[in-house]
Amino acid sequence: MAVELEIKDQNREVELFVGRATTLFVLVVLLLGVLMLRFLDLQFWEHDTYKSRSDKNRIQVQTLAPARGMIFDRDGKLLADNQNAASLALVADRLADVDGTLTLLVKLLELSSDQEAVLHKRLQSNRRPDAPLIVVESLTEAQVARLAVNRHQLSGVEVINRLVRFYPYGEVAAHAVGSVRRMTVDDMLAVDPVQYSATTFIGKRGVEAFYEGRLHGEVGYQKVESDAHGRVRRTLDVQSPSPGKDLRLHLDIELQKASAAALGDRRGAIVAIDPRSGGVLALVSQPAYDPNVFVSGMTASDFSDLSTSAYVPLFNRAVNGQYAPGSTFKPIVGLAGIGAGVTTWDQAIEDRGAFQLSGQERVYRDWSWTKDDSGGQGMVDLRRAIYRSSNVYFYDLASRMAIEDLVGFAAEFGLGRNLVADIPSASVGLLPDPVWKQGFKDLPWYPGDSVNMGIGQGDLLVTPMQMALVASVIANRGGLKPPRMVADAGEGKDEGTNQVTAQTARQIGAEVLGSDDWEKMVRSMEDVVHRGNQGFRGNGTAWAYIGRDIDYRMAGKSGTAQVVEIRQGEEYEEEELSEFDRKHAWFIAFAPVDKPTIALAVLVENGGGGSSVAAPVARAVVDAHMRLQRDREASSQSLEVARR
Amino acid sequence: MSTTDFQRTLSPYDSAASGVRRWYFRLHIDPLLVILLTVVVIYGLVVLRSAVDGNEALFANQVQRLGLAYLALVVAAQIPPHLYLRLAPLFYLSGLIFLLLVLFAGVTVKGSQRWLDIPGVFRFQPSELMKLAVPMAVAWYLQRRSLPPSLKHTGICLVIIAVPSLLIGRQPDLGTSILVFGAGFAVLLLAGLSWRWVIGAVLAICAAAPLLWQFVLEGYQRQRILTLFNPESDPLGAGWNIIQSTTAIGSGGLLGKGLFEGSQGYLDFLPEARTDFIVAVIGEELGFAGVAFLLTMYLLIIARGLWLAAQAGSTFGRLLAGAFVLTFFIYLFVNVAMVSGILPVVGVPLPLVSYGGTSAITLMAGFGVIMSVRTHKAW
Repeated sequence: MAVELEIKDQNREVELFVGRATTLFVLVVLLLGVLMLRFLDLQFWEHDTYKSRSDKNRIQVQTLAPARGMIFDRDGKLLADNQNAASLALVADRLADVDGTLTLLVKLLELSSDQEAVLHKRLQSNRRPDAPLIVVESLTEAQVARLAVNRHQLSGVEVINRLVRFYPYGEVAAHAVGSVRRMTVDDMLAVDPVQYSATTFIGKRGVEAFYEGRLHGEVGYQKVESDAHGRVRRTLDVQSPSPGKDLRLHLDIELQKASAAALGDRRGAIVAIDPRSGGVLALVSQPAYDPNVFVSGMTASDFSDLSTSAYVPLFNRAVNGQYAPGSTFKPIVGLAGIGAGVTTWDQAIEDRGAFQLSGQERVYRDWSWTKDDSGGQGMVDLRRAIYRSSNVYFYDLASRMAIEDLVGFAAEFGLGRNLVADIPSASVGLLPDPVWKQGFKDLPWYPGDSVNMGIGQGDLLVTPMQMALVASVIANRGGLKPPRMVADAGEGKDEGTNQVTAQTARQIGAEVLGSDDWEKMVRSMEDVVHRGNQGFRGNGTAWAYIGRDIDYRMAGKSGTAQVVEIRQGEEYEEEELSEFDRKHAWFIAFAPVDKPTIALAVLVENGGGGSSVAAPVARAVVDAHMRLQRDREASSQSLEVARR
Repeated sequence: MSTTDFQRTLSPYDSAASGVRRWYFRLHIDPLLVILLTVVVIYGLVVLRSAVDGNEALFANQVQRLGLAYLALVVAAQIPPHLYLRLAPLFYLSGLIFLLLVLFAGVTVKGSQRWLDIPGVFRFQPSELMKLAVPMAVAWYLQRRSLPPSLKHTGICLVIIAVPSLLIGRQPDLGTSILVFGAGFAVLLLAGLSWRWVIGAVLAICAAAPLLWQFVLEGYQRQRILTLFNPESDPLGAGWNIIQSTTAIGSGGLLGKGLFEGSQGYLDFLPEARTDFIVAVIGEELGFAGVAFLLTMYLLIIARGLWLAAQAGSTFGRLLAGAFVLTFFIYLFVNVAMVSGILPVVGVPLPLVSYGGTSAITLMAGFGVIMSVRTHKAW
């Protein structure tokens, strides 16, 4: 550095410095004053604005889903429970990097590609970006732990503990209890959006659907303080949701289990009713499905398996399956004939195995008919026509009756209508009459239509539920009690019962039928099961299969419904028909005959003969019912003794 | 405590001139300044305690670093001013070399290259060193010129200041760049740089603003300035910091929500709550009263610092001490103005309060130098 001497005046430099320092200090004070004013502006004049902004930042109102009401069977056994599940939820608004977060989640939780697809789909159809959206229904403990460890990387990701539906009996009670499903956008439009703002599942089938209003409960709210990542830190104020009301069903889960077991792996349905109350004791439709998979989430392929299976497991055969009733319809025809005065209990005809309308070539055959014309039941009156299931007798009877009388009487049993109090979706079947035929098929009613109807064939269609009701009416000697699932009807708010059943319990055919007519029909049906050791063509049709060793009295009627028409003169070769073309096996029954406590209908799809296939199933169900009733009485007696 | 309490302790300084040297003179410490600094440090630790939200390790870390900063103060105070004068050019030149090394071989943290990693030894920011080295170099250059400086000397000084400032700006670290420039420029102002030139330069910069905007500022820097005027334009991005910090401050009111009760900081709405934005935590939890107290303490430190600078026995000492005090002011002004939303966001910590050690050590070393120039004999 070049030495450049300059004259330095120390005193002047000190003065200069002090002057400058003073000026700069004044500047410092002024600038600090500006800062002070700024803080006064923020903290005093604008304080309210920022205060509310800060509260808005941290305080959020969240809705709380009510606990769904539980469903019990008649003995208080739990059929639909609520269980704790840790669910994975995303708050779309707080996701910093959507794709990155999703990729990380898939890696951390080892999600399958199916689950990943579900996750993306739900995020796309998200209705509230500021509310947690559940993307994985239930996490394992290991998954929850991994999420906790990686919490810092997962802004906007929450693990929510909540109650989800659990069906302890799974498949066995699926069609009886119904099931809940994740709510869709359409569901959301159909309900009160406020009440359902925190709800993710809604009753979609069966009791769960019909009693949705009672089971759901009322939404609650909580004010929470949440942080910048959307995580709740503190709850400030809670207005608890009110849980839904519990339901007690007439269903006897033990009987339900026994019924499902009796049907085994065959396709079919069983409906058992307590004729005294109309309460449904068992409702089985097989194959069934596990309702829990709708809750825990299932893959797309699982769902397509369920919904496209040829055996339609989601289809409730018990209330929606419609079949020709076959010979189980004969008691109705017989009573209609008596009521219309077309026949009496004493009147008999000769059954040679075939029937022809006068002036027509067509031959209507008995089930006992063979090509060599050796069939037939001999002389048959109504009682024998029932226990031998004579087709010829009912061909004749139906052909002599006004079709309006037959249809009108059958309608009183609830055929062609849905009389179930709390299953509005139950099918009505088809009770054809001339008006229907003209309108639907554009054809007049032929006498042959009446003949076919006489043995429960033709266009006539019924559901197992309807046939159980028929059995129940006969068990009650004409008293009709509309079936219902739920025992405590309660006073829920949208307690809409089936409109059709407004005309509740009543006596059928009171003007034309006496109590002895009903009693005689009951005895005829008792013979179906118990009349045995009477030699060739003398036994009840079901006696050989179920009546030999029975220790209580049971009345029944078998039915074998044709699925395909058999051409004139051909013999029915069961083995040659494809699986779905074989006959349906029916059996309706009630017991004990004198004071019935159970009435039921059994249908085995494409099962074959009613007496050989369906009757043993019915017997097994009634056996179970009798055993359960004995146990119940014994335990209440011992309770009584203990009380003393 | 009020300043009048310290009036009495001032008298030993006068007697020091008369030859009676008190213990603190022998220690080269100014007790009043140390007390003022300690009040701020303790106040800062109390606030940090709330801002770290139970993270004991962070808190202990800061206590440890503040201990180191006090050590730096004591050591810097022991070194006689003439040694600083002799070392100033060396200090400055080695700082420049480090800065160049950083640009070519530095460690990148959070997208900017500021750190120099000496394997096995330590990792430091040469730019931090320049906060001390630049004013030292300018003071060294001016101490033997006649003051106020001529146009030529002013020009040379500006070069001394601009080179490291630009190098730091390239890292990019706009905050430190401003502080280094400010520290150097403070020396010029204290040396009597003509106000007319200063005002002329400010007007020239304003005139050139469109050009600076277009060619000098980087995209993100432009964005920060735009955000300042309209934070709501990008509430979740660039505007987030300023919206959340003004919300925190404003919601605190006159007396605050109480220590450990600030929801904005506690709930993570406030970014960088324990570092650059800690004054928002003070504003939220202790209110206007807490901020006013801190700013008053800062003002007292500045007043005391300038007073000590004026007492220095040499031009070099005066300029250096005065420049350090003004740098301290720039620190706090830029930080508080940025957090309260009147300056764009630049990375400048709140002196002695923000979490993070390097700036505290540099600042305390600076105060050590101030004490050194006051307590050493004239030379």
